[in-house]
Amino acid sequence: MTLTATRVFTEWHDKSLDDALGECRDMIESPDFETVKRWRDEGGKVAGHFQVYFPEEIIHAAGMLPFKVRGAPMEPNLADSHFGSYLCSILKTSLEMALSDQVRMEMFVSHPICDAARNLAAIWGRNTDYPCQILYLPQNPNSSGSADYLEHEYDRIRRVTEEVAGVEITDEALRESIVVFNENRKLIRELYAIKASTPWLVAAEDAYAMVALAGMIPREEHNELLTTLIPLIKERDLKREDRIRVVFEGGFCEQPPFDLIRMLGRTCYVVDDDFMIGLRYITSDVPTEGLPLRQLAESYLDRSSYSPVQHDLRKPKEDMLIERIRGARADAAIIAAAKMCEPGLEEQVTYTHALDDEGIAYFVSEFEENMSSFDQLELQVETFVENLLFQ
Amino acid sequence: MTTLEDTQELLGRGNREGAALFKEWFAELDETAKTGGLAAYVFVMGSINEILKTFDLPVVFPEINSLQTAVRRVAHEYLEEAEDYGYSPDICGYVKADIGTQLRGGEHPMAQIPKPGITVLTNACNTYIKWAEIWERMYRTPMFTIDIPGTRQAGGQTWRGNPDFEADRRYVEVQLRELITLCEDVTGKDFDIDKFREVLTYANTMSRSWKRILELNQARPSLFNALTDGTIYLGVANGLRGTEEGARYFERLVEEMEYKAANGIGQTIDEKYRLLFVGVPCYPIFRRFNELFTDWGGTFVNSTYLWFASGGTNRGFEYDLGDPLASLAEGILISVRDAMDSMFHQNVALADMAQNFDVDGIIYHPIKSCRTVSTGLADSRKHMTEELGIPSLFMESDMMDRRVVSEAQMKNRVDAFFEGLATRRQQALADPKVR
Repeated sequence: MTLTATRVFTEWHDKSLDDALGECRDMIESPDFETVKRWRDEGGKVAGHFQVYFPEEIIHAAGMLPFKVRGAPMEPNLADSHFGSYLCSILKTSLEMALSDQVRMEMFVSHPICDAARNLAAIWGRNTDYPCQILYLPQNPNSSGSADYLEHEYDRIRRVTEEVAGVEITDEALRESIVVFNENRKLIRELYAIKASTPWLVAAEDAYAMVALAGMIPREEHNELLTTLIPLIKERDLKREDRIRVVFEGGFCEQPPFDLIRMLGRTCYVVDDDFMIGLRYITSDVPTEGLPLRQLAESYLDRSSYSPVQHDLRKPKEDMLIERIRGARADAAIIAAAKMCEPGLEEQVTYTHALDDEGIAYFVSEFEENMSSFDQLELQVETFVENLLFQ
Repeated sequence: MTTLEDTQELLGRGNREGAALFKEWFAELDETAKTGGLAAYVFVMGSINEILKTFDLPVVFPEINSLQTAVRRVAHEYLEEAEDYGYSPDICGYVKADIGTQLRGGEHPMAQIPKPGITVLTNACNTYIKWAEIWERMYRTPMFTIDIPGTRQAGGQTWRGNPDFEADRRYVEVQLRELITLCEDVTGKDFDIDKFREVLTYANTMSRSWKRILELNQARPSLFNALTDGTIYLGVANGLRGTEEGARYFERLVEEMEYKAANGIGQTIDEKYRLLFVGVPCYPIFRRFNELFTDWGGTFVNSTYLWFASGGTNRGFEYDLGDPLASLAEGILISVRDAMDSMFHQNVALADMAQNFDVDGIIYHPIKSCRTVSTGLADSRKHMTEELGIPSLFMESDMMDRRVVSEAQMKNRVDAFFEGLATRRQQALADPKVR
């Protein structure tokens, strides 16, 4: 089986743009991860990787499906007893997917992105019978040794993946995968350019759903989806409305509930954000010449975005946020954090102080992926927006 | 022949001398702050004192400063100041108590705390990074992260000669060399390799001694309380690592413990139940927390805290002075990795401890403040119970925030736990098949 031969998400085919987007939303909102099941039904293997960034090209080059583990809209009935209190929801619902067999996989990789997540591989490993690895992405990207180190670490993941997949991952296969992912990142950038320049053409939740699908379908198929829908979005005949333009910050790991994004989309234009930032962490094409793992490593280190879970002296996060706000010509920022998310909550303070200094308006909030009532929040956001519109 | 006077001088000497050294250390920090001297901010899991002491840099451990505010029952004042500044009630209490200290210009119950001239940290705890970023922004002073890759999969540690291990070791060594250059810039001093070897020699003495002290507590009765006495020893192990005073202190502590072991002298209470402690102590009610257990004759014979909060010094890794920098890289890699293992894969360490220390129960104390230590404890406990069948108690509170510490509720649970242990013991007497 090859990736290009398999289609796991066909519901949107031959439909109008509105209906196709509806199918994307339905697929993202479902806790069933049906696309992964279809992939497995065809005999495919799956490698789950936890937020934020993972070099999916390595998994792809082995012919496996890289599945982005980003929590799920489900109750952690089985997982709850494996955790104490004071923890974010994404850990619990992610483990729930594994314990309940909702998503079956052949390997799992997490990263030391935060104190809670770095425990996850050990917990996952004690409760499943497949390899549960930690990929140690460099926390000192400013060291002259970080590229050598990361290239070796990627090679280690390559060896683990080869064993699981039962195939050799050649440099040539990696280069082919890089081409596919470069195309994907280019398309996502194109979608984000629409969000920034003509946000009335694509609702916040639709853009979110289109991007998030990358984490659960083969990337070639995702490229097909974006290649088809983006031109249709550009051709839409929709009127600009009098809404403020906001940047949403705080969706780098646990995802806000889909309805929260929908609510924001009703109230303002979300012209940039960090939802699923790992899918577009690398900001330009990964070179296809030279050693592919080296190129992936250098791209992560030198041609990448930012998030609260990576420290890089070259990328002070508050400066990066202000750049994001200015780059998208936003009027304000929504500075959110998942409940119990240590890095997100800590960064909130820095962000808000920096925005105060810059005189940029912001709205601070916390969310949880399973929250279901937004009335109060919507009222607060509307009040915030009205204050800006009528000031 | 040891006289009665000698014995009296020897017993409790580690606690007395540890407390005195602790005061001296803070007096040095106070002096540094008041004279505007340079200080390094570091953390317990990988302080890299070996390099900092080569440059004669006084070291500030904000984790220790913070816990001291809790022990001295003023933590809530500092926490509230940080929360007023914008920090969430749901983040690490150590961070917030430190923010409070910084907002007060270094005012702390033990000393005036100097500002950071340089911050050195590892990735052993992710919050270290977020924390150091706060000082970086506050003071615009250099922050250097020594990135130490940990265990990639349970039981998958690699060692010298393995290509994966060597890649990690090289990475750590490159960073250490870069840190030395930074220290030269910050202090205006050249790196002195002879002094570095001297510092490593002292660190070796401390590591060797710490490992020995932990082993000696296998004695029955146990020699020291891993929770209370152990915290005093930890203070010296961190603050004075790589110094002559620290090395001498630990040699004398070994002497004390060997004497106690040879003479069957245990802790001050009659030891009925031998316990392991997993997590971080409840500092807001530190003495009372311990008494919840000692009142029943429970003694803490070891803890994962003594492992990870010593930065893995428990392994007793000794540096090769013939190739000091490469050896430091190897030692730090192995030791800090071990510290991480005793948090993320602590069920492996506990299984060994349970056997070697002949324990009756395990106390799990996850805390709101620290997800590094606490996230995996419920799951680990499930597996420990299934594999070893050792009775355990799981109770959550905090190391800093008295708002989430319910002493009465804790006492009920501890009492019920000991009642269960007592019943189990009676059943064992009646039926030897029941442990």
